[in-house]
Amino acid sequence: MPITVLMPALSPTMTEGKLAKWLKKEGDAIAAGDIIAEIETDKATMEFEAVDEGVLGKILVAEGTEGVAVNAAIAVLLLEGEDASAADTAAAPAPAAAAPVAAAPAPVASAPVASAPVASAPVASVPVASAPAAAAPVVTGAVEPFQPEVLTTTAYTLTDIPEKTYDKFVRMTVREALRDAMAEEMRRDDAVFLMGEEVAQYQGAYKVSQGLLDEFGPRRVIDTPITEMGFAGLATGAAFKGLRPIVEFMTFNFSMQAIDHVINSAAKTLYMAGGKMGCPIVFRGPNGAAARVAAQHSQCYASWYAHCPGLKVLAPWSAADAKGLLKAAIRDPNPVVFLENEILYGQSFDVPDDPDFVLPIGKAKIERAGKDVTIVTYSRMVGTSLEAAELLAAEGIDAEVINLRTIRPLDVPTILASVKKTNRCISVEEGWPYAGIGSEISAVVTESAFDYLDAPVRRVTGIDVPMPYAVNLEKMVLPDAKRIADAAKAVCYKA
Amino acid sequence: MATTPRRKPRSAKSSEVPDTEELVRYYRDMLLIRRFEEKAGQLYGMGLIGGFCHLYIGQEAVVVGMQAAALDGVDTVITSYRDHGHMLACGMDPKGVMAELTGRIGGYSKGKGGSMHMFSLEKGFFGGHGIVGAQIPLGTGLGFAHQYSGDGGVCFAYMGDGAVNQGQVYESFNMAALWKLPVVYVIENNKYGMGTSVERASASTALYQRGTAYGIPGAPVDGMDVLTVRDAALEAAEHARSGKGPYILEANTYRYRGHSMSDPAKYRSKEEVSKMRTEHDPIDQLKSKLLELNAIDEAGLKEIDREVKVIVTEAAEFSQNSPEPDPSELYTDILVDA
Repeated sequence: MPITVLMPALSPTMTEGKLAKWLKKEGDAIAAGDIIAEIETDKATMEFEAVDEGVLGKILVAEGTEGVAVNAAIAVLLLEGEDASAADTAAAPAPAAAAPVAAAPAPVASAPVASAPVASAPVASVPVASAPAAAAPVVTGAVEPFQPEVLTTTAYTLTDIPEKTYDKFVRMTVREALRDAMAEEMRRDDAVFLMGEEVAQYQGAYKVSQGLLDEFGPRRVIDTPITEMGFAGLATGAAFKGLRPIVEFMTFNFSMQAIDHVINSAAKTLYMAGGKMGCPIVFRGPNGAAARVAAQHSQCYASWYAHCPGLKVLAPWSAADAKGLLKAAIRDPNPVVFLENEILYGQSFDVPDDPDFVLPIGKAKIERAGKDVTIVTYSRMVGTSLEAAELLAAEGIDAEVINLRTIRPLDVPTILASVKKTNRCISVEEGWPYAGIGSEISAVVTESAFDYLDAPVRRVTGIDVPMPYAVNLEKMVLPDAKRIADAAKAVCYKA
Repeated sequence: MATTPRRKPRSAKSSEVPDTEELVRYYRDMLLIRRFEEKAGQLYGMGLIGGFCHLYIGQEAVVVGMQAAALDGVDTVITSYRDHGHMLACGMDPKGVMAELTGRIGGYSKGKGGSMHMFSLEKGFFGGHGIVGAQIPLGTGLGFAHQYSGDGGVCFAYMGDGAVNQGQVYESFNMAALWKLPVVYVIENNKYGMGTSVERASASTALYQRGTAYGIPGAPVDGMDVLTVRDAALEAAEHARSGKGPYILEANTYRYRGHSMSDPAKYRSKEEVSKMRTEHDPIDQLKSKLLELNAIDEAGLKEIDREVKVIVTEAAEFSQNSPEPDPSELYTDILVDA
């Protein structure tokens, strides 16, 4: 059977092109790899190489022809032993020319917005289905008009998650809780190791990893050079191979050096691999504003990371959060970004005294029940919001404070149940307002509980400036109890 | 069936002349990559493969020679996006690779990764990465995992001459040397990072010396000669495997096609390309050697041609007959269920 040579697509966007020049004539012998023609694409003039060997039996499209559709027959190649008459028979049916693949995108262009009411040109009208499948299986691209049922499947917790209760507690700092969580998981699983700057001999830049080198040795508690992109990528590669790294960023500000590996390498690989290879890794460290360290060292990354499918993002407030969530993060088979807060490291809280204590990822906690207004917050702002709730209580407003604990997936049922009860909602975060976590909470509440709201959702955020150094200016940036209480009063129309 | 099954782990000395069976296998493996890539180019031309598609044609001797030093089931391979050759050389199924190129459910990543993103833990292939240079810390991490678990494995981490100017490559070199990680860094110097020649991109063009500051030994190697690559690979792998730390090989090679499918390659002369093709082609060179050594006759070569052609034709057919992923696949594989 002679081979029909088809007009090739020579760029990702090419649908037709000009057959600029034939470099072989009828009767010429052709070897695989020979350049047989020059073709002008939408981008450049390209050389067209033969894939098969044979004799150029017949040229079907003369040189100089413009607008030749991709996959139209342009020549017939005779195989060993075939004579020229075979070319004529082969040319007759012109198999693929009648079913141009390029037709799929083309109709979009032929439905100009101005020509007709918008509704008459749905994507579905692209006549993809009519392409004869037998001649050339066609890349169909979009098939049906696509209407997602939910916005995403992994950004939100959509069902209520049960949480165990504990009756014995022990008092400890957030710092100790984090250390204990790592130590317990490292005892449990040899694949878990800790890597970062100053985590071993120095015992942690913020003393979070105190004692771990002594217990686990340098194989599993590893000081790195100052090389965030390098060690974040290295740990991600180790996780591909089945280890369970904990990567400590001295602060999350430095994770900007490594964000390509967090997003492009760790978060996306499972999807790109069709589920064949995952990345069980924890990126942890202090996040958000510390004190008097200026713009490059004071920033909340919750919104940055929560934006990305493939990641889980946790932000503990109390020592119990810190311990229960970090253990859950280390056990989770997915990449987890674990946002701690330096100011909280020294604060003490009650932590369940139970070797099996773990908190569920994706479950928020109502820290203070109330009936008048819902305050949704996370990390250090949980404490500030609880202070605000006391101010509000003094004025007769009973606030409910939700500690998100997990930023992604967001515990939507808990937020909505609270809003349906209080009918008013504010969000509180240290981060900037634009596309912040509060924006997401506001959107979720508006989309799913609009009819329950008695006032628009209001965001309390860090001020939209790089963090200043001067003590008075710095104080103006972060939300305090009064600013939170004022926002709560505003949505209660009691300002 | 992909490439022929490789021998079991063994400790070959680089001075050892490989047996004829092995030589024939290199020939066949290189030919499979060549024909596979030609077919991929053809399917791209038909609109069946979309987006970026970076062909390995011309560079076959590099990965086939390197894999001659790899231990099956132990060693790991990682590379960037010119990756189809590496997949085939690792023994991945051509059908699954081609079906991924056409974006079908039968592809290695169910059609969700494409040309630049395929993986096979079973074959020790860890991708397929699209960000230039990012595979080097990842590969260094594979080396770290080999050392951590004490499995005796080595990671072969490939990069192009374009990637050698990325900062993270040197962050990786530093840690690999500091911790003596079993990694062989293979710089595939095909002379052009997209359209920019090495001379226009690198202050020093002796790329094998890029580890000097970290005390990493490096060597240049003729990347168009599979046996030379094999000898260098055995030495480098032995170095890394024995606990001496990383090793850098600069394989001087050439890609015949453009950077990707839409590249008219105007930055180099036709004479340069045709000189490489006619005088240095890795497959032609090995073919002459095989005939010279009487390792095979013309009939035997023809039989290999035929066999490879069947594999590639079947892969192409599979890649067109395998259905597109079900719409429900849109939402799968974002997270592993905990």
